[in-house]
Amino acid sequence: MLKFVLRRLGVMILTAIVLTFIVFFLTNLPPNLEKLARTEGSVRMDDAAVARWVVENGHGGSVLSRYSEWLGVKAGWVLTDDKGVTRGRCIDAGVTAETAPRYCGILQGDWGFSTFAKEPVTAFLGEKLAATGWLMLFVMLLMVPVSLLMGVLSGMREGSRTDRVLSSAAIATTATPEYVSGVILVAIFATSTTGISPILKEWGWIDGNTLFMGTATSALDGFTFWNFGLPVITIALYGIGYIARMTRASMTEVMTQQYIRTARLKGVAFKDVVMRHALRNALIAPFTVIMLQFPWLLNGVVIVETLFNYKGFGWTLVQAASNNDIELLLGCSVVAVFVVLVTQLISDIGYVFLNPRIRLS
Amino acid sequence: MELSWGPIFARMVVQFLPVWIALIATFAVSITYRRRLGLYGKLFDSPVGMIGFGLVMFWVFTALFADLIITHDPLAQLSGLKNAVPGSALKDTKGDALYSHYLLGGDALARDVFSRMVMGARRVLTIAPAATLFAFMVGITLGLPAGYLGGKLDTLLSFIANLVLAFPVILLFYLLVTPEIRATGIPIVLAAVLFLFPIIFMTILFNSRYFTNPRQRNLYVGITLAIGLWAYSGLAFNADPTGIFSMDPNLLNVFVSVVFVNAPTVFRIVRGIVMDIKARDYVAAGQTRGEGPWYIMLWEILPNARGPLIVDFCLRIGYTTILLGTLGFFGLGVSPESPDWGSTINSGRKLLTLFPHPAVVPALALMSLVLGLNLLADGLREESLKD
Repeated sequence: MLKFVLRRLGVMILTAIVLTFIVFFLTNLPPNLEKLARTEGSVRMDDAAVARWVVENGHGGSVLSRYSEWLGVKAGWVLTDDKGVTRGRCIDAGVTAETAPRYCGILQGDWGFSTFAKEPVTAFLGEKLAATGWLMLFVMLLMVPVSLLMGVLSGMREGSRTDRVLSSAAIATTATPEYVSGVILVAIFATSTTGISPILKEWGWIDGNTLFMGTATSALDGFTFWNFGLPVITIALYGIGYIARMTRASMTEVMTQQYIRTARLKGVAFKDVVMRHALRNALIAPFTVIMLQFPWLLNGVVIVETLFNYKGFGWTLVQAASNNDIELLLGCSVVAVFVVLVTQLISDIGYVFLNPRIRLS
Repeated sequence: MELSWGPIFARMVVQFLPVWIALIATFAVSITYRRRLGLYGKLFDSPVGMIGFGLVMFWVFTALFADLIITHDPLAQLSGLKNAVPGSALKDTKGDALYSHYLLGGDALARDVFSRMVMGARRVLTIAPAATLFAFMVGITLGLPAGYLGGKLDTLLSFIANLVLAFPVILLFYLLVTPEIRATGIPIVLAAVLFLFPIIFMTILFNSRYFTNPRQRNLYVGITLAIGLWAYSGLAFNADPTGIFSMDPNLLNVFVSVVFVNAPTVFRIVRGIVMDIKARDYVAAGQTRGEGPWYIMLWEILPNARGPLIVDFCLRIGYTTILLGTLGFFGLGVSPESPDWGSTINSGRKLLTLFPHPAVVPALALMSLVLGLNLLADGLREESLKD
């Protein structure tokens, strides 16, 4: 077991290094740096001045050496200009060149300074990640029980009417990406002109103009069902169908096993067969699927946070990318890559752990 | 005069007339001859498959006959119809030169939502299947040797595939589909690599089959190379002298990114199927006959892997449609005038709580197409398992 975990860990670290390098390369392309020079320096700089700015601010040299500096395995650049002022990657305001540390990359916890937020990336990103954490928590609380229940109910009697209704619902939700379901949900529940809100208002059941709120900006100060419900449902919906179908497949397979038939023939009630004998074995496969849904949720989070204007991690990623905020975008990428790789690792190990039939080697 | 929902639907049904005729003809012919049509014919035994096929073909025919269906120019802006509700009447029809109503209302730039939705179908249905096809070519060409030969090649290719898969899709899009990256020429390099695979695939396909008969081989491989390289020069480098094959740099960027995201998944599927099939007796028989590895891969294993691949192809077109919509939703790589569904949803969402119809119409269209593809895949899977 230990050897398996260590090998997986090794591959994971290698993957992380390659991925972050690719992101670093793509965010630090010459056109991006020129754009950065014009926004940070001056818009009216000529090409020579831009080139000089890029070199003087530590963006010259090979990509590999800049990547090593960013990672924190190579000493940060230091440059003394004509006026005798020494600047460098690790020399922040209030620190002299002598006292500044030599290495300052993400490994040392220095994630750089965001030009968009005007504050250190770690502080800004931490705050946004907390906001997205809440969103994810509620999505999981809704998605996992609902999808497992749907899958088990439709899988325990294959071909029944319940099965067909639930399976169709599952297919329909997998055909509805977040930007479609979000738009439709807002149109039904959160507009004052169409959907059910005008009717409810006429009946006097709601005080405001709409039942749900179309934006989740206010959820940052305290979430209620009415401002947080739609974003959570929108993200969960796409995942529900997929997990439910996997659970159904796993459940139908278990229900055809010999030991289930034996239990039935012994005279155990159908309810007890499902609860005691089938369920535990049927839930191994969905576990992996749920863990592998995390990267997908990341996708959904970006779309939904943009759609509902909820200022979390996804919103930050979009802002960083569209404002050419290189350090912030790199920070977002590190988080995203980390989440994806860790969930992959957990699902691999968890699968082996839960399923004694798999041999390690 | 404004129309209510009843007449709106009636008029839309009339506008879609060419589509209904084509659909009825397709279904009539297919159901009559379904016993002679193999897997395609069997599709008509399953209600789920038929519904899915119907939905998909509805949009295919809509894309084909889009010019007959639209009521207005999808780019024309008519005064007084900004954010107009569905069924709004035109103030000035210019002496019956224009259709009298905006059937599904107007968008924020006073353009006809209905016509844009119909034209969007054409855009989506040209890009999505083509991108999926390219992704399949790449995935199959690399997945077959990885699964069949194994070893270091497999380890390397699988590592690369896992790398791409570990990237969150949106992050990849934000990195790959930007105006800056177009200046560096990276999309062209990617296109140069990815577009090479269909040519390699077809060349190996014919070569492995006909190499014993040089005349026939030279003919087929020659035709493949001539057409392939001609299209290649036009699509990847925009250097086709006749100008038949060319691609807008924006579109090329989007296309390449979508192929790049899809190819690793196809690779993994193909590799898995090949590893399963290569232990079968007919593969061993081929090896004993002294067939070359590429002949066995392309002419023994691939035809026997077609069932799962066709099913996945349908699902993947749906997924590609979703990806294209995502790109449009974030306004990446498409011009604001483009009527494709993702961008129309994006432009409609700004006024979503006040005027939902410009965003809801393309949203429902996209959903029904993807649903149709999923149902079709489900029907095909069910029917192909019955054998």
